[in-house]
Amino acid sequence: MTAYFAFFGDNSALLAELTLGHVLLSVAALLIAIVLAIPLGAWIGHLHRFSFLVVNVGNVLRSLPTLAIIAIGIALYGFGDINITVALVILAFPLVLTNTFTAVESVDPGTVEAARGMGMTGWQILTRVELPSSIPLIMSGIRTSWVYVVATAYLATFAGRQGTLGDIISNIEGYDLAGVLAAATISIVLAFLGDALLGLAERALTPTGLRLAQRVRTTGPIAEPAPAPAPAQA
Amino acid sequence: MIGSPTQVIPIFEGPQCAPDATFCWDWFTANWGTLLGPSLVQHIYITLIAVVIGLVISLGAALVAFSRGWFASGFLGFATFLYTIPSLAFFLMFVPITGLSLTTIEIGLTSYTLLLLFRNTLTGLRTVPRSAVEAAEGMGLTPNQILFRIRLPLALPSIMAGIRISVVTVISLATVAASVAPLGLGKPIFDAIHTLFSTELISAGVLTILVALAADVVVVFLQRLVTPWTRTARRTS
Repeated sequence: MTAYFAFFGDNSALLAELTLGHVLLSVAALLIAIVLAIPLGAWIGHLHRFSFLVVNVGNVLRSLPTLAIIAIGIALYGFGDINITVALVILAFPLVLTNTFTAVESVDPGTVEAARGMGMTGWQILTRVELPSSIPLIMSGIRTSWVYVVATAYLATFAGRQGTLGDIISNIEGYDLAGVLAAATISIVLAFLGDALLGLAERALTPTGLRLAQRVRTTGPIAEPAPAPAPAQA
Repeated sequence: MIGSPTQVIPIFEGPQCAPDATFCWDWFTANWGTLLGPSLVQHIYITLIAVVIGLVISLGAALVAFSRGWFASGFLGFATFLYTIPSLAFFLMFVPITGLSLTTIEIGLTSYTLLLLFRNTLTGLRTVPRSAVEAAEGMGLTPNQILFRIRLPLALPSIMAGIRISVVTVISLATVAASVAPLGLGKPIFDAIHTLFSTELISAGVLTILVALAADVVVVFLQRLVTPWTRTARRTS
């Protein structure tokens, strides 16, 4: 236990450097996944077509074991940044995709009709009606993806990419269990911290009307259990 | 790396292998019976053990949590915490207690299933249609009978969805576990990461992906088998 606490003090510079590297890699992977997944999911959800395709692509990608992708990547395109980034993007992408798609597709058809009746174009309906209403579910996908990515980014070390907490976590001979646990602790804190920050972003982004509607629904007189916070990955 | 073989000697029995070939089919067939096949079987049972134990714990916990809100939020917080621990650190944490063994791996893998299985089971129990519960009350069933005979069966679709996610999650994490105790398809993966033998990297990687995809299909099949009513309902609605 003493060794564990001492590790933070003795190696603070190293830990700070690796933590920063860990965060940057995770954020980069998550951003790439978001940039790819949200437009695709939103567009297909808007069209109300190809849902079969999105669901199946999401399920297949979600099944891919990260270390297997890294291993195949080493054989095909070598060690380094590309290898680990591809693996982490594949980890984060399906969840953001399916959540965005589900959210946009399940926007109340009456609301969409009303928007169309007001003369909005398809693009306006998507950006001003469907996407704002979808923010809570999209953000919940992003938050869960962040937790996955940050907890998995240490595999970078096996993909030959130095400079993440994986340098310590995978090197128990060099740093002892105390070091491994210290690095793991930071990784856990990063997961919760990022989740909390994204939660704040979610609150800021959610349109006021939607927030009010949610409040009424959850605290209203009908004490029906809140509708399944849809097992995001299911 | 703890537990990984001190010396890695890939078996080059395929005589037709060029040293720089990306993938050599001869090596694959030569090593299927001795290395890849057994690792694959091992990987499947490592996964099965973790998911079955995780399911037993989660079902029990969810049944307790159903009527006790404090236990529900407590267990959920605990399971969420476990889920955020980087898997390798989790496996290493138990090495001083349970050694470089299957037990160590299973403790870690089982812990990772708890969040998915517990949350889905509890959600399933809680979102049973009110009408079904009221009908059961009208027939004079006690609260316990309602829980076990009405709510639990009706929660099956949600429970099966949880099993589906946890199976693919465990298959993925079990590869990492091989760096602690050399078992399953992770063993050839880590061997090959050290030797940079690309045929072995691809063989083991692709086999792991195939196991995951196959497992996903099997669970979906089981899901349809045990919850036939969900399909009928969808068709009629």
